[in-house]
Amino acid sequence: MFRFLIGRLGLLIPTFFGVTLVAFSFIRLLPGDPLDLLAGERGIDPERKAQLMAQMGFDQPLWHQYFDYLIDIFHGDLGISFASKKPVLTEFLTLFPATVELALCAIILAVCLGIPAGIFAAVKRGSVTDQAIMGTALVGYSMPIFWWGLLLIILFSGILQWTPVSGRIGILYYFPQGTGFMLIDSLMSGQKGAFTSAVSHLVLPSIVLATIPLAVIARQTRSAMLEVLGEDYVRTARAKGLSPFRVVGLHALRNALIPVVTTIGLQVGVLLAGAILTETIFSWPGIGKWLVDSISRRDYFVVQGGLLLIAGIIMLVNLIVDLLYGLINPRIRHN
Amino acid sequence: MTKTSSVDTAKTTAVEKESRNATKAMLVEFWYYFSQNKGAVLGLALFVLLVSVAIFAPLVAPHHPDMQFRDALLSPPFWEAGGSLTYPLGTDAVGRDILSRLIFGARFSLFIGVVVVTIALVGGIVIGLVAGYVGGAVDTFIMRIMDIILSFPSLLLALVLVAILGPGLMNAMIAIAIVLQPHFVRLTRAAVMAEVNRDYVVAARVAGAGHFRLMFKTILPNCLAPLIVQATLSFSNAILDAAALGFLGMGAQPPTPEWGTMLAEAREFILSAWWVVTFPGVAILVTVLAINLVGDGLRDALDPKLKRS
Repeated sequence: MFRFLIGRLGLLIPTFFGVTLVAFSFIRLLPGDPLDLLAGERGIDPERKAQLMAQMGFDQPLWHQYFDYLIDIFHGDLGISFASKKPVLTEFLTLFPATVELALCAIILAVCLGIPAGIFAAVKRGSVTDQAIMGTALVGYSMPIFWWGLLLIILFSGILQWTPVSGRIGILYYFPQGTGFMLIDSLMSGQKGAFTSAVSHLVLPSIVLATIPLAVIARQTRSAMLEVLGEDYVRTARAKGLSPFRVVGLHALRNALIPVVTTIGLQVGVLLAGAILTETIFSWPGIGKWLVDSISRRDYFVVQGGLLLIAGIIMLVNLIVDLLYGLINPRIRHN
Repeated sequence: MTKTSSVDTAKTTAVEKESRNATKAMLVEFWYYFSQNKGAVLGLALFVLLVSVAIFAPLVAPHHPDMQFRDALLSPPFWEAGGSLTYPLGTDAVGRDILSRLIFGARFSLFIGVVVVTIALVGGIVIGLVAGYVGGAVDTFIMRIMDIILSFPSLLLALVLVAILGPGLMNAMIAIAIVLQPHFVRLTRAAVMAEVNRDYVVAARVAGAGHFRLMFKTILPNCLAPLIVQATLSFSNAILDAAALGFLGMGAQPPTPEWGTMLAEAREFILSAWWVVTFPGVAILVTVLAINLVGDGLRDALDPKLKRS
């Protein structure tokens, strides 16, 4: 296991440096230099510009700038946001819980509905139920989620008026953000109705963000189950008279879950990409909306920092999934 | 001398005929398995319909997509009170006919799909072939670069690339192609590595085939099945991503009748004029669904593992 861990880490290190190189190049590849972008249309005095260039290190050779950038990263310094004048890392950490809360709710929803749907479809293979579930899953998989979100807003916020259109909590409520997770904070605040308000804000964005992972998980569970249900040990379990529930739920499901776990791990990237759209539609104050806003207001240090942090998170989660996979399945470990 | 060459020619034609028959038999077999999947056939029919609509857009569309009818702003679809058959699916905020814009929009979406998949497929195949065939340090280098691209969520990377290149349809397509490319590289490389030591490749090498011929004529045709399936999936992903970029204002720019861009323009009317928001989304969903149905059918028909069961 230790060698496996070292091997995986060894693969990760060059990728990490590659990612830093991408984030580093981003600002330098933009048309115009950073200070012109910062100065905007007003322009900047050439003397002052040279002074600032020297101060920010942009007059150094590229390799030197990259080296400085790496040192800054390892000191946790990802630059300052032009818009808010706060460090990028601080902003990220303030907004990140909102995205995590949304993504967690979405993935929980996707797993809780997707796995049973997949199992059900596999057990009833070829039936109308199977076709209905798989048809729905394919529609979900093909869904442009930004449009899906708008449709849900029209129906539930516009026509039925059940849920609010945007934000994380009603404006009537105010309490300190201890954990950053609105569900927990609102519950701890003890204010009447705060928790309900937080839940009602969370429902639609979670459904929208869960749609694609849900479809993927249902499809993957079905095909994994079908493969396992054809195995000899399942036939043996059936032959020795175990109840169908035990055969499917215990013997088959355990082995079918291995590829499904990987699929769930791979959804992190899908969730973060989905968060960009979902948060924009529902004005959800998380990192997805923050990045889109930063790109449109040309706050490029934020984009640079965000790129690095998000790639870092995805790499970390992939590593954890790989290790879990190695733990569950020794054949992977020794290959 | 002449005698041998005529014998050779006869042999060649026989071989050619044989190979043509084999190809034909393969296609027949493929169609048999593909047509078993009713959804796939339905998807294919829808796709053919969409392509025809896109090609004959000027003939099918009732109006010009950019024509503004100032006396019919936000007119509802014909079945609603106040709607008329002149504008079957209603008009948008500046009085343009939505149906005509959707019909012309089909051209953009299909064009996006074709261009993106072509760039990603050709690039991915060449890079993947080189990685799998050459191996060693070249392979490691290429695969690490692909890992780096795959470490970013596709939409975020596409957004950032568009920020560098500047918003617009062409740049959005390049960005999406770059983001989709690693999947083709990985698939090609894996398939090449499985094939490269097979007997027929060794035989071709012993017979004196050059590297170029080995890569593109001997190995590549035997790696195509997974690539075709991936190309279909990428086609639908490209349409979705391009629409998402258009929706975020970083793809095709107004007044282009691209479906995602139409949705972005319609956002402020979600609570007052539902048709402006609904129909472009339906168009995206139906197109992507049709292509995904075809993709599922192709996968079933081309996957030998599924055929046996």
